[in-house]
Amino acid sequence: MKFTFSWLCDHLDTNKSLREICDVLPMLGLEVEDLYNPLDALAPFRIVEIVEANQHPDADRLRVCRVSTGEGELQIVCGAENARAGLRTVLAPVGTHVPGSDTVIKQGKIRGQTSEGMLCSLSELGIGEDHEGIIELPFDAPVGTGFTGFAQTEYAGLVDPVIEIAITPNRGDCLGVRGIARDLAAAGCGTLKDIDFSSEDGEFASSLTWHIDEEVSSLVPLISGRLFEGVSNGSSPTWMAQRLTAVGQRPISALVDITNYVMIDLGRPLHAYDADKVSGEKLTVRFAQVGEQLLALNEKTYHCGSDMLVISDADGPDDLAGIMGGERTGVSDTTTRMFLEIAIFNATNVATTGRKLNIHSDARYRFERGLDATSPVQMAGYIARLVQSVCGGRFSQLIVNGTADVQPKMITFPPARTKALTGIDCPDDRQEKILTDLGFSIDKRQPESWQVAVPSWRNDIDGPADLVEEVIRIHGYDNLEMTALPRDHYIARPAFSSLQLRPVLVRRLLAGRGLTEAVTFSFLRPEEAQMFGGGKEALGLANPISTELSMMRPSLLPNLLSAAGRNLNRAESDIRLFEVGPVFLDPSETGQRTAIGAVRVGATNRKDWQDAGRAADLFDAKSDLLAVLDCLGVRTQNLMVSTEVPDWMHPGRSGQFMLGKTMLGCFGELHPQICVDYDVPVGAVGFELWLDNIPLPRHKGPAKPLLKLSSLQPVTRDFAFIVDETVPAQSLIDAIRRASRDVVTDISVFDVYQGKGIEDGRKSVALTVTLQPKDATFSESDLIVLSDQITATVGKNCGGVLRGA
Amino acid sequence: MTDTGPLKAELIAAIAATETLEQLETVRLNALGKKGLISSQLKALGGLAPDERRQAGQALNVVKEEIGVALAERQAVLKRAELADKLASETIDVSLPARATADGRTHPLSRTIEEISAIFSDMGFSIAEGPDIETDFYNFTALNIPPEHPARQEHDTFYLNPDETGTRPVLRTHTSPVQIRTMLNTPPPIRIIVPGRTYRSDHDATHSPMFHQCEGLVIGEGIHMGHLKGCLIDFCRAFFGVKDLPVRFRPSFFPFTEPSAEVDIGCRRVDGGLEIGAGDDWLEILGSGMVNPKVLENCGLNSDEVQGFAFGMGVERLAMLKYGIPDLRTFYESDLRWLKHYGFMPVDVPGLHTGLGTGGA
Repeated sequence: MKFTFSWLCDHLDTNKSLREICDVLPMLGLEVEDLYNPLDALAPFRIVEIVEANQHPDADRLRVCRVSTGEGELQIVCGAENARAGLRTVLAPVGTHVPGSDTVIKQGKIRGQTSEGMLCSLSELGIGEDHEGIIELPFDAPVGTGFTGFAQTEYAGLVDPVIEIAITPNRGDCLGVRGIARDLAAAGCGTLKDIDFSSEDGEFASSLTWHIDEEVSSLVPLISGRLFEGVSNGSSPTWMAQRLTAVGQRPISALVDITNYVMIDLGRPLHAYDADKVSGEKLTVRFAQVGEQLLALNEKTYHCGSDMLVISDADGPDDLAGIMGGERTGVSDTTTRMFLEIAIFNATNVATTGRKLNIHSDARYRFERGLDATSPVQMAGYIARLVQSVCGGRFSQLIVNGTADVQPKMITFPPARTKALTGIDCPDDRQEKILTDLGFSIDKRQPESWQVAVPSWRNDIDGPADLVEEVIRIHGYDNLEMTALPRDHYIARPAFSSLQLRPVLVRRLLAGRGLTEAVTFSFLRPEEAQMFGGGKEALGLANPISTELSMMRPSLLPNLLSAAGRNLNRAESDIRLFEVGPVFLDPSETGQRTAIGAVRVGATNRKDWQDAGRAADLFDAKSDLLAVLDCLGVRTQNLMVSTEVPDWMHPGRSGQFMLGKTMLGCFGELHPQICVDYDVPVGAVGFELWLDNIPLPRHKGPAKPLLKLSSLQPVTRDFAFIVDETVPAQSLIDAIRRASRDVVTDISVFDVYQGKGIEDGRKSVALTVTLQPKDATFSESDLIVLSDQITATVGKNCGGVLRGA
Repeated sequence: MTDTGPLKAELIAAIAATETLEQLETVRLNALGKKGLISSQLKALGGLAPDERRQAGQALNVVKEEIGVALAERQAVLKRAELADKLASETIDVSLPARATADGRTHPLSRTIEEISAIFSDMGFSIAEGPDIETDFYNFTALNIPPEHPARQEHDTFYLNPDETGTRPVLRTHTSPVQIRTMLNTPPPIRIIVPGRTYRSDHDATHSPMFHQCEGLVIGEGIHMGHLKGCLIDFCRAFFGVKDLPVRFRPSFFPFTEPSAEVDIGCRRVDGGLEIGAGDDWLEILGSGMVNPKVLENCGLNSDEVQGFAFGMGVERLAMLKYGIPDLRTFYESDLRWLKHYGFMPVDVPGLHTGLGTGGA
């Protein structure tokens, strides 16, 4: 919402400065988005007199002027034809920024002649469109003074400061200057000036009348119309054109400008028909018929739906009610008979139609935010006089359908509610004054419980809480007392539940392991989703911004791989990225999982002078995953590794941890085709798990199980078993543990060998087993028995024989 | 009687002349070994008269001891010299780079959410969560945003494809639906914050189709707008670590609060940059208000009996302001250079006792 300061002052009698007004506005909920004061840019300009103007020796169209600045004389080369001796005009001294051309004046030579400044036109000053040459000031303009003082009085309409306000959707009433003035007046910034809203009888009966289809009558509670005859539709008066220009509305013709002016002035959109172009004697408000179309004033053709309100004459619809008029019946320069519509249309209907047809008009913007319900009748007289004063002619009686006698909304308002809701102790009389100033009327017969009538222009006020807001908005939010929240517990309890703490811990764990956290979008390309087991249509966006962002992700890996690819393209060589975030199985409430995923590409460490840098492999991913599971309290010793893996993993170089039938997470090399598709080197590894699948550890309370330490020295024994190459190392470990569960405390694999000395199809797996005696140190014969048990179990379970045996 | 003087002098000189431990060992064997000079002289005493033998024996033993001491001293000297020689040859270029380690970082967004959580935790809030894919009811209707309301148009909503009944799920446009879910499931008093992902169909320099919000909701007896002010001022000052940070409450509009307030913090613009704190300018950082009675009623609460406040803040915006991150879009680009620069070391855990990244007490 844009308006000028003088426009505001038409409605507000105030002695506040522009600055003061702009400081108050945001505190009323009217956020100042922009303030443009043309005078600010004009400060350096001076009034001067041309003492002498001579033809430039080397340029036909230039003049070399001697200019008196009051303090001395300058030589200025000027291209304007009206530059002549004796003319008083405006100088931009050297160094001045010229707003109209966005340039800075430099001292220089023009075709060999020194020029010490520039003589300006109105358009160069950014305040007008005078193309006649440089500004011609009166003979008594004070030479040597700044131009701003002069401009303020002589060019007031051109240097009027423009204020732009962001209007929240509830404040339809502030889409007119008068609404803003009313708020300012209530806030003590002056008095709201009276407007003569008296009605006009009119001189004759209108030849055009309204017909409201029964079907739509509830959507058109009130509509008025008036015929104007003998009007002349020339240019609008300067003051009106200047104001419209200042707020960004292009002046078109007096009748069109009046409708725009009233829309901004009173927040009241109007529509003007050329009565001579209307076919038949009535204008019908009805639903459009499917297939009906109309050419609107924006020169576009719209196809109407059967739920859209239109206004139609005998030849069909030519107005989208509340949104835009039609070209066929619109006013033109030659219009002499004008029919003016002032209507209330259902806000939701206007909004729906506007959205469907994708028309964003100033009228729609106001209609869908709600208009003054009485305005079609109440403002009609004022508007008729305005039309007559600008365009002459005479006007008819007012044609009205519906009733202007709208019953105000009544709200029961206990004034004590203000304190209860805000803590502000605002005295009753102050509350009454505020509400009255805003146009509410109050019945105080019950002092504890007022009956408050809502003014017809405040469609946003529904209940006591709204009235409280009105009161404290004007009283001042600064009066809110900063009050500490009462503490239920002196020592606060943790905000995170055990479940919520898990992602926090995992983030720190993985960052500590050298991975860096990424946050990527929750959506991706449908093809990517399909590659990672997703891509259901139900998870597709109906209105995506782009295909890259059109499907909810089934996995964190694709976006992490994309991120890895982008980093590789930036010449990063070693990528270690992880993410903790949502993935989606279906659109239901239960279809979302919190996943943890990571990707490693390149070396585990930066190459340095000691270490060429080992390429990250699947065992790094396995280690990451195990660390995460361990951090989450999973007893990783008991986990089974399955080689049943998802399609996007390398079928022979990845695995999945299972706890019973629950999948706890997969790890390993990404499928080589995936690597190719994501432009990362084949061999990239990663892992992913769903936090929701990981059970919370069962222990209660912070106490840990009692630690039992043995005073007896543990013994380690090395074994090398030759087994079939298909036997998983895990089965050897399981067998050894099973052989002597009570004394084996640790098993590590320290070598896996195939080649010379081992027959084809077999491999040697060497393990160190740590044995912890319980009651007494192992004797040599104890150890022989244990070793034999281990060898026998491995032989039986895995077909392994001791190497060299 | 035998004079031991020349023998002693000879051996002492020999000891002093040694330059290596090996030479010293040779001298030792020559002097004290079984066949050494002293041993052989002792053996030779057998031919002497008992008195003489005793005297000569004593004298030789004195020499033996003295030579022993001299040998030990010389050995210590030579060992020190040997170690010094060894060390002199053992230099390594310590200017070579340290062993490389992989160091990871956490994202500024998760860090900021932790900081927000730490502060509200101290004020008795817990964390609530809800799904990213929402229904129209939770995201709009229950929050008093009816269909076709201009406020709904401002949300630039992403919809999913319609289901078999024609219903289109929405990607939540704010974290506010979790207010509704919480009020429907938890009796008052309620104090929650809701950090999470949110989505709007807007993509330019200052808008991202996905971003993060943190909602807050307090419902309880006697909770009024002064509490809202106290709570949010406490938050802003703790979060930015500016004790006397000016905070301004300004009327605004949200369909789900009434009265509503935007919250601004004081700032100063210096050379194109922004300084948080007392200054001549204001910066909008969050929206808030008293929960609209209609919303309470939608959640089955009696608005005559309970009231409370709600607020919502953009996590990216808070992180950008606090940590001087200039561009919103960079949060989601996963550029390792950016993450290393703006990310956080995992040991740097924000907390009220450890501080929130604003320096110590």
